[in-house]
Amino acid sequence: MNRLDSPHVHDRPKSLKAETRALSFSYGSRLALKNLSIPIGENQITALIGPSGCGKSTFLRCFNRMHDLYAGNRYEGEILLYPDSRNILAPEVDPIEVRMRIAMVFQKPNPFPKSIYDNVAYGLRVRGTTERYLLDEKVEQALRSAALWEEVKDRLPAQATSLSGGQQQRLCIARALATDPELLLLDEPTSALDPIATASIEELLLDLKRRVTILIVTHNMQQAARVSDWTAFMYLGELVEFGLTKQLFTTPFKKQTEDYITGRFG
Amino acid sequence: MKSQSMMAAQKTIPIKSPGAGSEAAARRRARLRCEWVIEGGLFVAALTSVAATVTIIAVLLSESIGFFKTVPLTDFFTDTLWTPLFADPHYGILPLLAGTLVTSGVGLLVAIPLGTVAAIYLSEFASSRVREIIKPTLELLGAVPTVVYGYFALLVVTPGLQHLWPDLPGFNMLGPGIVIGIMIMPFVISLSEDAMRAVPMVLREGSYAMGATRLQTAWRVVVPAATSGLVAAYVLGISRAVGETMVVAIAAGQNPNLTWNPLEPAATITAYIVQVALGDLPHGSIGYQSIFAAGLVLAVMTFAFNILGHMLRKRFREIY
Amino acid sequence: MAAQSSPQKHPSIARRKIAEALFKILGLGSLIIAVGTLVLLLGALLFEGVTRIDWQFLMSYPSRHAAQAGILPAWVGSTLIMLVTAVVGIPLGVAAAIYLEEYARKTWMTELIEITVTNLAGVPSIIYGLLALGLFVYILGLGETILVAGLTLALLILPVVIVTTREAIRAIPVEIREAAYALGATKWQTVAHHVLPYSAAGILTGIILALSRAIGETAPIVTIGALTFIAFLPPAPFTTQPPYLSFDWLLSPFTVMPIQMFGWVSRPGEDFASNAAAAGILLVGMTLTMNGLAIYLRYRMRKQVTW
Repeated sequence: MNRLDSPHVHDRPKSLKAETRALSFSYGSRLALKNLSIPIGENQITALIGPSGCGKSTFLRCFNRMHDLYAGNRYEGEILLYPDSRNILAPEVDPIEVRMRIAMVFQKPNPFPKSIYDNVAYGLRVRGTTERYLLDEKVEQALRSAALWEEVKDRLPAQATSLSGGQQQRLCIARALATDPELLLLDEPTSALDPIATASIEELLLDLKRRVTILIVTHNMQQAARVSDWTAFMYLGELVEFGLTKQLFTTPFKKQTEDYITGRFG
Repeated sequence: MKSQSMMAAQKTIPIKSPGAGSEAAARRRARLRCEWVIEGGLFVAALTSVAATVTIIAVLLSESIGFFKTVPLTDFFTDTLWTPLFADPHYGILPLLAGTLVTSGVGLLVAIPLGTVAAIYLSEFASSRVREIIKPTLELLGAVPTVVYGYFALLVVTPGLQHLWPDLPGFNMLGPGIVIGIMIMPFVISLSEDAMRAVPMVLREGSYAMGATRLQTAWRVVVPAATSGLVAAYVLGISRAVGETMVVAIAAGQNPNLTWNPLEPAATITAYIVQVALGDLPHGSIGYQSIFAAGLVLAVMTFAFNILGHMLRKRFREIY
Repeated sequence: MAAQSSPQKHPSIARRKIAEALFKILGLGSLIIAVGTLVLLLGALLFEGVTRIDWQFLMSYPSRHAAQAGILPAWVGSTLIMLVTAVVGIPLGVAAAIYLEEYARKTWMTELIEITVTNLAGVPSIIYGLLALGLFVYILGLGETILVAGLTLALLILPVVIVTTREAIRAIPVEIREAAYALGATKWQTVAHHVLPYSAAGILTGIILALSRAIGETAPIVTIGALTFIAFLPPAPFTTQPPYLSFDWLLSPFTVMPIQMFGWVSRPGEDFASNAAAAGILLVGMTLTMNGLAIYLRYRMRKQVTW
């Protein structure tokens, strides 16, 4: 009875930033994502939940064409980015172009072994911005958006690796924000952090969504419930259910969703 | 594993079975003795390297001490002529040092830029097929005997250079310097590539995720992260270049010449030692002792570079 | 904060891609320079010397007349010296490696041994020649002989053999050793029955590489007094009377292939150049074959063994 016939999509966000249409993905010969059609609401937080191996990180990495870095991968279907309705998976679209509009924060904080300032300014420099005053302004703006400015404003030349884990992750968020992305992807951003750092980042995300659309993968269901507006539950590469977070967590439509949420598996 | 010595220390409790007893214990004791002897033998083999190092130091020092009884240290380091075998002998190491430094310098000018660029290409850009072909080829390049490279320097490279500069003398430091550079390139490439591949992939992904190209990621993230590993590669390359003998002995000439101009002939420390060894020198003469003094200078230089290079490598490995 | 979505490409992308294409050309170019030099070198050798190689060349003694000169004492000398080097250097190196990997505890003595091994690997080869001159030739009074040359080269390749053997041994997972110990094997039994056989191919590769390096070494051999003009062969190892084995050849003066080539290169004159090139071809042929063999072995091993 719980064999996946078709995913249940309760509701759709009114205004979309992006959308996947029949997205499938294979690592070599292994099919990892099957026919996913998920809408991403503009200026809202969409969470992806599911047990290990369900493909949520794989799905996330399709958005900024990370899979292109490794040989043997294949995309099928489309990911449309609005408002220009561009399919960013199209072969004629340059992945670099995609990554300049969509930014990512990784699971384990990965600041470059450079100064705090240089980390945040990296994306801008790579695009060709060299004027110091422009960089200064953007760096401060990004660090403020990441709620890190007050803590580091006096030691911008210090090595990024001298920050604590939570601070490093906020630095990575600042780094991602400095280039004004349209969509921010977060891959289990707090799984390597302690509860206090986790709480501060969750607070940050709730503030950030006013300015940026957010797609977050999390293995922590309570986090999804706390933070997101919409939730997609995935299982073995397929979409099981999608809907308003409040609804999915209180009255899920599919029994499988309910079993996962109540901890009967995964 | 300490089990053997522990076993020997405890009293063995014989297992009660008919006919066993002292026989089994005796066999066990014999086996343990045998093990002990084998371990001793292996240990002695391992000590050979310590013995070799100590002997090198001892031989170099003792003959050099004899040398410095005749030649004051200040003369050795300040005299600008090195003519130990002439009627009016001079014992200034500077000409030999200059020869060594200039040829090595030319070699490094070739090996470091070319080697680093090649290593970045191999590490960050090349497909695995290209790497599988290139890496063994580079190994073969490093396997060619140095005397053959000397032939190459004298009879191919120098004439080639003479096409460009007809005034270039048959013996000069430029030709052998370039050949030394090509010779140590595989070494520099190998160490540099190792350093870059040690940089974790997550850092690269962080850079790509921000829209950087492969070149930008390689240049702005990977290379800075691999810096101490790269410097270690260069320093160890210097050590190799300085110790090179046959290429310079064949193609740079064997006349000590204090000059910084690579277009002139000169002798390096190593070439001088070869030259003397080819001749006949009575054991204990000042000429004989001079090669040990020169050798000591060479050993100290390469020792310093090696230590520096290995310390850098260790520090680099600790970071990643 | 969301940027205006631009359907057209960001201008900096094209610029950066051009830079990347240029760099790829540079990178490939450097590699081509290196490989091209090898090709050029081999070509020059072949061009100058391949016609010179014939039976007469292989079987004659050096001579003042280039056309009559041959390489016989040189390759005989090389072979005999390689024999001594292998007999001395390989067991010493493998034994030392086994000790360091399987037996050594973390004491200052072990640390010292490891430091000296790393150090010796970086010592210029001519310093080994000075060591041999001072110690073997004079202090021990062994003279300028094949024995001394063999011992010198054995010391020279010692670090290489130790390092490659250690790597080969280290590749064997600790579970195999634990299984052997659990069945009651002693340490030496584990090493002899398990560690050595499984790492044999890797050790062999290292040995081949070390010997290939030793064949081409010139500087230490020159220092201990090899001759570039030698008109006789060392006495043969076999005699017609019992006990049928002679060791006189160990104490004979000698020459080796690289020295012979060095001698010919140092002589002015077109004819000697072709002799040198011919010697070079033989020398390079030997070392490249041995290295190629080692590379092939390593490739085969990587395909077979999966722990």
